[in-house]
This record gives sequence, C-alpha cells and structure tokens, in this order.
Amino acid sequence: MAEASEKSMQPQSGEQSVLSLPDDTPVDLAAAFRDSQVQEVLDKLDRELVGLKPVKTRIREIAALLLVDRLRRQLGLTTDTPTLHMSFTGNPGTGKTTVALRMAEILHRLGYVRQGHLVAVTRDDLVGQYIGHTAPKTKEVLKRAMGGVLFIDEAYYLYRPENERDYGQESIEILLQVMENNRDDLVVILAGYRDKMDRFFLSNPGMRSRIAHHLDFPDYGADELMNIASLMLGQVQYRFSPEASTAFADYIRRRMKMPHFANARSVRNALDRARLRQANRLFARAGGPLTKRDLMVLEPDDITASRVFREGVPDEQERSSGSQ
Amino acid sequence: MMTNQGSRITQGTFSFLPDLTDEQISKQIQYCLKNGWALNVEFTDDPHPRNTYWEMWGIPMFDTRDAAAILYEVNQCRKAYPSHYIRVTAFDSTRGTESVKLSFIVNRPKKEPGFRLVRQEVEGRHIRYTIQSYATDLPEGERYR
Repeated sequence: MAEASEKSMQPQSGEQSVLSLPDDTPVDLAAAFRDSQVQEVLDKLDRELVGLKPVKTRIREIAALLLVDRLRRQLGLTTDTPTLHMSFTGNPGTGKTTVALRMAEILHRLGYVRQGHLVAVTRDDLVGQYIGHTAPKTKEVLKRAMGGVLFIDEAYYLYRPENERDYGQESIEILLQVMENNRDDLVVILAGYRDKMDRFFLSNPGMRSRIAHHLDFPDYGADELMNIASLMLGQVQYRFSPEASTAFADYIRRRMKMPHFANARSVRNALDRARLRQANRLFARAGGPLTKRDLMVLEPDDITASRVFREGVPDEQERSSGSQ
Repeated sequence: MMTNQGSRITQGTFSFLPDLTDEQISKQIQYCLKNGWALNVEFTDDPHPRNTYWEMWGIPMFDTRDAAAILYEVNQCRKAYPSHYIRVTAFDSTRGTESVKLSFIVNRPKKEPGFRLVRQEVEGRHIRYTIQSYATDLPEGERYR
C-alpha cells in the first residue's frame, strides 16, 4: 500500500522539480545563442544580402522567438509551436527566393525544421490537369517538403477567380489543411508581387489568417544595387576598374528609370552582358599580350556600349522590339 | 503456431517486438531515408506468410526527405484500413533493381485469430500439410471486423 502510494507520487514530484524551479533561476540566453550558431547565419545574411532592413529585422525577431521558446522548453514551461508560415511580397529581383533559402537554413539551425531543405514550386507543380489529379500532386509536393520549407513562387496563380472550375482552389484547400495540421512538419512560404498577392489573400481569407508573417521586400536604391553588383562580380572573380565603376553607377541610375526594371536581376543581366563584351574586346585585341588582370577587370567600354546609354532602351528589350 | 503464442504474425523486421510507437517508426523511416532508400506503404488483410505482394497504398515515395511525410501516409492508410496489416517497405536501387532492404509492420488487427493446420491426404496415403488463416475464411474486406 505504502509502496503504491509512493509510486503514484513519483511522477508528480518529478513534475514539481521542474515547476518548483525558482522564478529567478538564471537563464543563459547568450550561451544558447552561441550554441545555435544562428549568429553565423545572420552575419552571412548581412554580408551577402544588401539592404532589406525590414526583412532582416523580422528574421532576427523570429530567431529570437525560437531561441526563447527553446529555453522555455528546457525549463519545463509550456510552449506551443509558433506558426511560421510566411508570405514574401515585393517587386521582381528583390531577393525573395534567396531569403527563402536562407530561411530554411536558419529554421534548421534553430531546430524548427528537421532537415532544412527548400522545395521551390510554382502552380505547375501543385495543380493537376484533370479531375482527381490535383490532390495527389499537391500532396506529393507537400510530402517532399516535409522537414523543410515549401516555397511557392507566384502563389497568386493558384487561384484563378475567372475560371470557377479551375483546380487551383482544390490545391489551396489541401495546402491550408496541411499548413494547419502539420505545422511542425513544414513551413510554407508564399511569394509574389505585392498587389497580386494582396488580391490573392483578399479572396482567400483562410490563407491570410494562417500566415503569421507578412514580409514586404523593398526596392533597392542605386547605392545598394552598386553594392550588389560588386558582390556578384566578386563571386565570379571579376572586378570593375575605377572608371568602369563610375560608368556602372551611371548605368544603374539610367536603367532604374526605364520600364521592366527588375532590381538585382537586371543588375545580374547587365553584368552578364558586360562580361560578354569584355570577352569580345579581348578577342578583338588579338595578338597583344594578355595578363591575368585583363581577364579579371571590366573596363568602362564594356559597360558604356550598352543600349541604355545610346538609345535609352534596355538591352533586354532588344530582341522583342527588333522582332516587332 | 507453436512458437508464436497469441497468433501474432511475425514477418518483417521487429515483428517479435511489441508494436512500435509512432516515434520509433519515425526513427526507422528516417534511417531508411538517410540511406537513400525509397519507401512504400502497403496493406493487406491476408496474413499468410507466402502472401508477398501486398496492396500498395499510393505509389512509392522516392524523393521525400523527412519521416513525417511517410508517417503521414501511414496514418492516412491507418484511417482507411484501421484493422488491416500495414507495413512500411524500404527499397534500395543501388544494384539496379529496387530490392527490399527493410520491411516492418506498423499496424495490425486488434485480434489475430491465427492459423489452422490443414492436412491433405494424397496418393499412397501421404499427407500434405499446409496452414490456413482463420481470418481468410471470410471474404476479402470483411475480415478483422
């Protein structure tokens, strides 16, 4: 009898030992932060992503929340898994995909997702072509993303109000269900242009309420784009000569005023074309001695040859305007 | 069967152990995924040991990364067939064929009636022996109610 009562007491006393921790038990937040190596990822984020202040702030906040949650769990306090589904809105080329990729890594470091991989999909991967095709297809993608992050680019295409028989709605319903029930198995990130996403959420209020974090990606300024350009060049071991640097700054200012400007993506395209012209220039100079420096440095000529300077038309439009 | 009191069928890995918990199942699945094996969920209501090919629950899962995805399918299958045998099978393709590496039962009926010994007298008064599950006396789909 006495033994039995003792046994029944034991689990209680175990619980009590956690609960009875005094309120002033010291908590080493700094150590937990160091152990999670989140700082490393955040630093990398700071180093490799120019600008994006609001986004970085929010990522920092999420990291802090998850860390505090983990400490609370260690002290036996109740924690409910926070919803971390996100929506990224912003103009083209503002770094939505890049941040999503980092997000997977950060959440993995913090132990929120188990594997930390990113599955990037669009409407094609989720919505089927005939009746009964959509559900298995969407589930397949969701299963692939479990333990990681599901990134749905241009998510607003999932919902086509003009066609009431569109299978996109079915896909959304499955998404909602899994987002709610398997919250600790995967994080869903929806991305797209601001206005279209707003319309999408307006017609899918269930989706809006299930997403806790709405992050808006601001456009880059000219200086930021210049920084991005030198980062991109550094990655492939090129660099600007000082004159080319001023020429490219001028290029960016002109290009920003033109239509179809896609922030960092336009910069990348411009750099790719500059490398093309550089290669051409080196060939045209055939016979002369070449040095390693010649292979690495972009000269102002490589940049000012762009149509942006001559006709005020971005190079990307060359073909389309030519064919019309 | 003599060695198996209580008529629990014992096929596949871990079948002599008590039923695995979901957490244990997850860990086994994660081990399979770590080795790059494709996983499949199968079910049947015919417990005969020579019943090798069970019904497939969906298609095999080739590019999942986390056990939660497989467990999700297991639970869906459990919902649809709460008192069938359900097993998870892992396939390895490194030899050019999808060969089974690991197979274990994740769901079984509450009551397993076991097997009866059937004797058949053939020429020369020889006796052929075989076993037959009591469950299979009923038509498919009506067993283990």
